[in-house]
Amino acid sequence: MEKFEKLNGIVVPLDRPNVDTDAIIPKQFLKSVKRSGFGPNLFDEWRYLDHGEPGQDNSDRPLNPKFILNHNRYHEAQILLARDNFGCGSSREHAPWALVDYGIKVIIAPSFADIFFNNCFKNGLLPIVMERTVLDGLFQQTADTDGYRLLVDLEAQTVTPSNGEPIGFEVDTFRKHCLLNGLDDISLTLEHVDDIRAYEQRRQQEAPWLF
Amino acid sequence: MSAKTLYDKIWDSHIVRCGEDGTALIYIDRHLVHEVTSPQAFEGLRLAGRTLWRQGANLAVPDHNVPTTHRDQGISDPVSRTQVETLDQNCDEFGIQEFSMLDPRQGIVHIVGPEQGATLPGMTVVCGDSHTSTHGAFGALAFGIGTSEVEHVLATQCLIQRKSKNMRIRVESELPCGVTAKDIALAIIGHIGTAGGNRHVIEFAGSAITGLSMEGRMTLCNMTIEAGARAGMVAVDQKTIDYVQGRPFSPTDDQWDQAVLAWTDLHSDDDAVFDVELVLDATDIVPQVTWGTSPEMVVPISGKVPDPNDEPDAVKQSAMKKALAYMDLESGTAIVDIKPDKVFIGSCTNGRVEDLREAAAVVGDGQVAGNIKLAMVVPGSGLVKQQAEQEGLDRIFLDAGFEWRDPGCSMCLAMNADRLEPGERCASTSNRNFEGRQGQGGRTHLVSPAMAAAAAIAGHFVDIREVQRSLPQRHGVHRPRYPLEG
Ligand code: SF4
Repeated sequence: MEKFEKLNGIVVPLDRPNVDTDAIIPKQFLKSVKRSGFGPNLFDEWRYLDHGEPGQDNSDRPLNPKFILNHNRYHEAQILLARDNFGCGSSREHAPWALVDYGIKVIIAPSFADIFFNNCFKNGLLPIVMERTVLDGLFQQTADTDGYRLLVDLEAQTVTPSNGEPIGFEVDTFRKHCLLNGLDDISLTLEHVDDIRAYEQRRQQEAPWLF
Repeated sequence: MSAKTLYDKIWDSHIVRCGEDGTALIYIDRHLVHEVTSPQAFEGLRLAGRTLWRQGANLAVPDHNVPTTHRDQGISDPVSRTQVETLDQNCDEFGIQEFSMLDPRQGIVHIVGPEQGATLPGMTVVCGDSHTSTHGAFGALAFGIGTSEVEHVLATQCLIQRKSKNMRIRVESELPCGVTAKDIALAIIGHIGTAGGNRHVIEFAGSAITGLSMEGRMTLCNMTIEAGARAGMVAVDQKTIDYVQGRPFSPTDDQWDQAVLAWTDLHSDDDAVFDVELVLDATDIVPQVTWGTSPEMVVPISGKVPDPNDEPDAVKQSAMKKALAYMDLESGTAIVDIKPDKVFIGSCTNGRVEDLREAAAVVGDGQVAGNIKLAMVVPGSGLVKQQAEQEGLDRIFLDAGFEWRDPGCSMCLAMNADRLEPGERCASTSNRNFEGRQGQGGRTHLVSPAMAAAAAIAGHFVDIREVQRSLPQRHGVHRPRYPLEG
């Protein structure tokens, strides 16, 4: 997994609650057996005016000029501001894959759906939970300022606007450690092979019907 | 020892090791696999040169991409076909038991697991699918995971997790006639919102819950994910044990007795403390219909499409406006005046035989209304289909003008050929009414099987309580009378 340390990026505001993973990456793209290439179809049904299918050339599809990601000023965005319950619905990891493939590295929202939240960390994508009132301020500033940027510092656990004070955020220590060092969960777990075997032996005595 | 919740008990018995910061390595007893979220995980194993930790803990079945007609002719969409074939090959290569597309036991993964006894009380059950919460109905800890975690389970039989908080929702009293587990689920989501359960595991309790059949409990736990919770669960009782007994994967003989003894402890202790507790009165619950594009956008059948101007929260208000525009609905429209174009009965929420019985009982010898372009029944598994056919339910549906299909996810998410066309409106027994969920531009109203069947016959939503008052106890005998026949 790629490391995440610091990021100074353009911010794009997606001002609606309950953005679900079906919206982030519609089902027809889930038929792929690969992990990459989902970026052009991120938010497909909102982003394009026609119906997208896997394997299509997306470069000449009609863009929906109203959709925020299509506004020129947000083209290079790497930080997504979102509303409550971002990433709800299906567990598809294709959603973080599509966001990462598109170039998003940080999502800031008042709350996230649990499975999506977990999936982000496995893909070097940092989800930050921020209080609604503080976030409202960031939404406002993004709207008011062309090319609005934030500096996200994972080590220090801060988000800093270019003209403002750092805002602190919470992050699970274990996940922070993995992100900062780009660690792969499976190798970490396999360091505990003996513990797993011991558990299995004990459990097989207690509950043999499970084996 | 301090009092524990059901969730605490299962969590504690599955800790392999626990870090100082509360991050735990949790052992997984059962891993269910389907074709959409697994290919990249198997590929990951191959690339890293890893093997499967424990073959027998896995069970695979293709469900999302399978066609529901002419299955013997294969899958015509080449991309879907590749995905299903990839699952077959991966299962072959890694030695995982699979019920492949033409196996009579094939079906939706969350219907197949319990049906086979692959889901047992006290287990940890995971699957790369959010509706894994379904299996919590058995007093199991069951939750959906992403593909990286699928790979993690395949390679280690464990997951790295932090414990969620405990929430209990008690639904007391007896459910009124015509009100089902689906309505309880929707009413709860309407009440606490789709983020209401975030970071919690919800235990459902109370007399209305213990009164539910196992099928009903599965429907309820299935929809827990729509309330944002990590998992839903119901304590084990005699109904759970009776359901599990004699199924292909269930224990037998001495191990059965030993298991049953252990399972009697699978309930929250009397003095267990929950972080959040909520009590609802079942007699207040009315059959529910969603009007918008999130399961929390739900009203009683007796209600009207709400007015966003009555919503004080600006973010919610704007979401409501977007939903009304997408659904092409006007505030103030009576729900009973809404006319679906299609009716879908099926999915892991309501595709079990009991659901089909309830729907068939409402259909009786009625006919699908002329304005309904397609009414389809998609059994949740091959075995559900067989059982329904033995009971003659297929005849009731077919005679009424419904299509009777082969099992799979079908129009719950429209990954196969079954979908809504842009602008079409559907009465659906599935679990998600998101934009485009049943086909781009499609409009979904979530309801119970009985409500979906009643809408198919009447041509518009109807209050099932009024229909059922005129119904005989068993299905297929008399023609029900509809208040406003279409
Ligand atoms: S029936 Fe629908 S919700 Fe259930 S597993 Fe299939 S697609 Fe998912």
